[in-house]
Amino acid sequence: MANSDNNRRKFMATTLQSVGLTALGGMLWSGYCDEAKASPLVLRPPGALPEEQFLDVCIKCGLCAEACANRESNKNKDGTQREGTLKMAKGGNHKLIGTPFFIPTEVPCYMCDDIPCVPVCPSEALDMKSLLNEKKELDINKAEMGLAIVHKESCVAFWGLQCDACYRACPLLDEAITLDYQKNERTGKHAFLLPVVHSDVCTGCGLCEKACITEKPAIFVLPREHSMGRAGDHYVKGWDEKDQQRAGDRKLDEIETHDERSQQAPSDYLNKEIEY
Amino acid sequence: MALNRRDFLKSAAAATAASAVGIAVPSNLEASANEAQKDWRWDKAACRFCGTGCGIMLATKEGRIVAVKGDPAAPVNRGLNCIKGYFNAKIMYGADRLKTPLLRMNDKGEFDKHGKFKPVSWQRAFDEMEKYAKKALKESGPEGVAVFASGQYTVMEGYAAQKMMKGGFRSNAIDPNARHCMASAVVGFYQTFGIDEPSGCYDDIEITDTIVTWGSNMAEMHPILWSRVTDRKLSNPDKVKVVNIQTYTHRTCDLGDFNIIFSPNTDLALWNYIAHEIVFNHPEAIDWDFVKENIVFTAGPTNIGYGMRRAGEKSIKDGKYTALEMETINKEMEKKVSAKEAPALEPYGYKEGDTMKNTAGTLKHWHITFEEYKKSLEPFTLEYVAKIAKGDPNESIESFKKKLKDLAALYIEKDRKVVSFWTMGMNQHTRGTWVNTLSYNVHFLLNKQALPGNGAFSLTGQPSACGTAREVGTFCHRLPADLMVKNPKHRAKAEKIWGLPSGTLNPVGNQHIMKIHRDIEDGVVKFAWVNVCNAYQDSASASHWIKAAREMDNFIVTSDGYPGISAMVSDLVLPSAMIYEKWGAYGNAERRTQHWRQQVLPVGHAMSDTWQWMEFSKRFTVKDLWGPSTLRNGKKMADVRADAKKMGYNDDTTMFDILYANKGKEYKIDMDKFPQKGYDNSECIGDSRNVKGGDGKVFKGYNFMVHEYLFEEYASFGRGHGHDLAPFEVYHKVRGLKWPVVDGKETQWRFNVKYDPYAAKAAKAAGSKSTHAFYGPLAKNLLQGTLMGPDKSKGKKALKNKAKIFARPYMDPPEMPDKTYDTWLCTGRVLEHWHSGTMTMRVPELFRAVPEALCYMHPGDAKAKGVKRGELVWVESRRGKVKARVETRGRNRPPQGLVFVPWFDEKVFINKVCLDATCPMSKQTDYKKCAVKITKA
Repeated sequence: MANSDNNRRKFMATTLQSVGLTALGGMLWSGYCDEAKASPLVLRPPGALPEEQFLDVCIKCGLCAEACANRESNKNKDGTQREGTLKMAKGGNHKLIGTPFFIPTEVPCYMCDDIPCVPVCPSEALDMKSLLNEKKELDINKAEMGLAIVHKESCVAFWGLQCDACYRACPLLDEAITLDYQKNERTGKHAFLLPVVHSDVCTGCGLCEKACITEKPAIFVLPREHSMGRAGDHYVKGWDEKDQQRAGDRKLDEIETHDERSQQAPSDYLNKEIEY
Repeated sequence: MALNRRDFLKSAAAATAASAVGIAVPSNLEASANEAQKDWRWDKAACRFCGTGCGIMLATKEGRIVAVKGDPAAPVNRGLNCIKGYFNAKIMYGADRLKTPLLRMNDKGEFDKHGKFKPVSWQRAFDEMEKYAKKALKESGPEGVAVFASGQYTVMEGYAAQKMMKGGFRSNAIDPNARHCMASAVVGFYQTFGIDEPSGCYDDIEITDTIVTWGSNMAEMHPILWSRVTDRKLSNPDKVKVVNIQTYTHRTCDLGDFNIIFSPNTDLALWNYIAHEIVFNHPEAIDWDFVKENIVFTAGPTNIGYGMRRAGEKSIKDGKYTALEMETINKEMEKKVSAKEAPALEPYGYKEGDTMKNTAGTLKHWHITFEEYKKSLEPFTLEYVAKIAKGDPNESIESFKKKLKDLAALYIEKDRKVVSFWTMGMNQHTRGTWVNTLSYNVHFLLNKQALPGNGAFSLTGQPSACGTAREVGTFCHRLPADLMVKNPKHRAKAEKIWGLPSGTLNPVGNQHIMKIHRDIEDGVVKFAWVNVCNAYQDSASASHWIKAAREMDNFIVTSDGYPGISAMVSDLVLPSAMIYEKWGAYGNAERRTQHWRQQVLPVGHAMSDTWQWMEFSKRFTVKDLWGPSTLRNGKKMADVRADAKKMGYNDDTTMFDILYANKGKEYKIDMDKFPQKGYDNSECIGDSRNVKGGDGKVFKGYNFMVHEYLFEEYASFGRGHGHDLAPFEVYHKVRGLKWPVVDGKETQWRFNVKYDPYAAKAAKAAGSKSTHAFYGPLAKNLLQGTLMGPDKSKGKKALKNKAKIFARPYMDPPEMPDKTYDTWLCTGRVLEHWHSGTMTMRVPELFRAVPEALCYMHPGDAKAKGVKRGELVWVESRRGKVKARVETRGRNRPPQGLVFVPWFDEKVFINKVCLDATCPMSKQTDYKKCAVKITKA
């Protein structure tokens, strides 16, 4: 079995290589259309509308990035300005040119309490309303810029090493990332302290990705639509009273299911003669 | 409290695992090497970083370390590491390693204190060192030559340095950075047990029911031990309790069943409260059989000052301290007893508003009765202690009181095993010695000390604070194996082993690390050498010491792997071989000695500190060093040259011959023999780099087994005296051994007749049937008296095999927040960085993880000061100020009124702000508390 798995991986790698070679020929052409078909894996400022809407509404004015860079908390000790979190996409960034984005490993979002980047947005592509808490105050904890994901195989905490650098770096420590304690049966006397990200709290600021001590971060932030799955809303966790809320708004006209097996009307099916 | 079967099985298993000789990596764990790795050579070593002492394996290829792994056979960590350990393979390879000596020179190539650093040869470097060391000796005598030593020295380096300093230069001005981290624990051990280092071991973690941390962020500072604590908690979550006691909430608090936030310095009151609960409210919990057999009650003076400079010292007279600084320093001479401390001091004859006249710290103490001890505890009622100790203004007094009661109940609960761990919170403390001894009081009264799973246990910060600084004795007042320079018999023993004329060693050992800095500022020390530490970044009141180094007539040398603040302040910088570029040994916090071999050649022209000392020693002869001299206190150092001749030396015999080569020659080089076979040995046989030595010729090696010689001679001090170490070769086969190693077996619990052969022997000799024998020999003959003082008419009483419970009150620290400086400052470390960051700031991943030191602050305080998270503030004390970025969230969450700033970042040079007050007994600096004001930058 193991062998055939290996073979399969090898086969896929070979395929990818040949794809790579083929792609090489198209480089010149693709260079131009790259920005037009920008990577969907882009992290937007707090309060950004869903990506498609955002691209429609954002007028690419750069006020958010300017507010980010010019904020009081973005100064070096000698008074000079640090590089801001938000960048405006340029040619070669593989992002739609002129739109704001950030790269956590370069400059993560420091989750400023007053969120200077949002109120300045003239087009409401950065939607203040989405960041208001119950007291109608701007609350950066409401931001949903992305969601951190842990890659277990490269995360040294899953090897048993004592790291939790991401946990300690998290501005919502012990809320957005918690530690799961497990016994290390191999050593018999140490515990695993495993980072677990909670999607209902994580804002996607990327401080964890920046702090991760592996060569390429084992914890990284992706836009939420790319980093979250979704369990069916026809099933409610019997042990969790709140879970019904998740399934609460099932639309009745979507209750009927469709698949290949059910696509024929019963009579069409039945009227087919069976072979015997 | 008998050991039950489960405990016995556990401890037996641990002992077996640890004492197995010659264990190799289990075959199922051997890496299946692929083509690319088939020429990797794996060998064992100890982790470079903290006092936990994790075992690692290093892979080398073509003279470079290419990989590291946790050593699965190491009992401490069983193959695991923390993230500093994870980077052991990278720490030596930062692009800016020092590769050649660098001297400050003018355009003519002459040394110039105001010149720029330029490369020079080793020969030139030693020429300058020789010149300025001789000048210092001429002008100030042996006290004018000093060394900033280290708890990160290998055992052999520390021993080599100490021999040349104390035996050669006859100077006791060698003191390690371990003074800043362990000295209070040491004096606590000396006073309580009469001998240094913990009675227990890490196996206590798996056996105990209760882990109480006092002033210790174990989760960040001892991560592998913390994972063992976590595992213990997981194994029985209902029974096993974890309580953390500190001045701000940190990472360790995550696991606590409850956490106590106390007002700085009131840990003194908390320990006394627990003792008060036992003595006054639960007297049945006292194990009188144990106490009567093994314990005596003692007291000492309280008006001992705070280890600061005293009136009349030269730099004070010269006006080098500002009026603001003097506001605090003046308390060294006298102080007013405050309302907060007055009740605690009442049994000692003080009341609020009294003037307390301080005399410089003393180790003096005397025997008292239990009734007197009880009198000292009387003030520590729940009401009083809760009132002065509650550290979080937002916590209710009821909630705080409940926690204190719950804490006392856990200690007192019959048959509940309790381990108390502490680190810098209790050691970096102007009453550090007191609070250390107070911890043992509680454990002794309950007979919960020196038993499996029971005991107060001092966790060490540095990798060889125990192994080198303490056991080798690279402190100004010590010699190897608990011998003291002031004891004539101890000096005679050292002189005999070292082959020195009688009377060579200096009996005055008072130049502790802060005193060396102060002596430089006073113009007494004129030659200082920084070894394996960063003395100019790690010392409080830093601006004073830097100014003295840069502006006064002196010569400062720093040996290091990387350039840091100390190198920048120096006149000469020497490139040192780093950890795995030399043979070495470290000793961890549980008395475990671990050796490693040289894995690779050093970079550039770097050479080990051992080699630097040996080359330097060639520059000095009998006639240079062993003539007469007079110390500052008027004591005459004898002329021992005539006696030296009788021993076969002449005026021109070098210190190299006397201190290293004469006896060293008996330890042969044999490159065909284990453990030398197949490994580099730069000091002994030279190496392919052909580095030119102190004489300008290619260095071909000393031609004897330097490391084995230094280790074996050092070990001869302790063998047969309770400090027994195994032979050099054995350590290259095992994963470390906990001393005393008797008949090939290590010792888990000292002073316990069942586990410690020395205790068994002492009890037998005394005809005692006790379970314990506290056989430590120091201060075992005491006067008798009351809390107020000794009564000389009663004569002295011998206290053979006894440990001590001390009456010691709560007192205020010398500097507390007031109207202007309204906030407590506490400093410390973060997991990602080691000390001043010279190594870890060069590991790109660790730099990226924590690139700068932040000022952790309560959000309410930030709001009150008008600063937001991420903005810059000035943290300013009477001594200086630094700019730091505010963080109100995250790993460290101080209560209102306290800020925490780590010290690793030279760009947030917090030691310019800190106060150099020390425990007046241990001379350890209190980095955990001084008063600052916070303003928006």
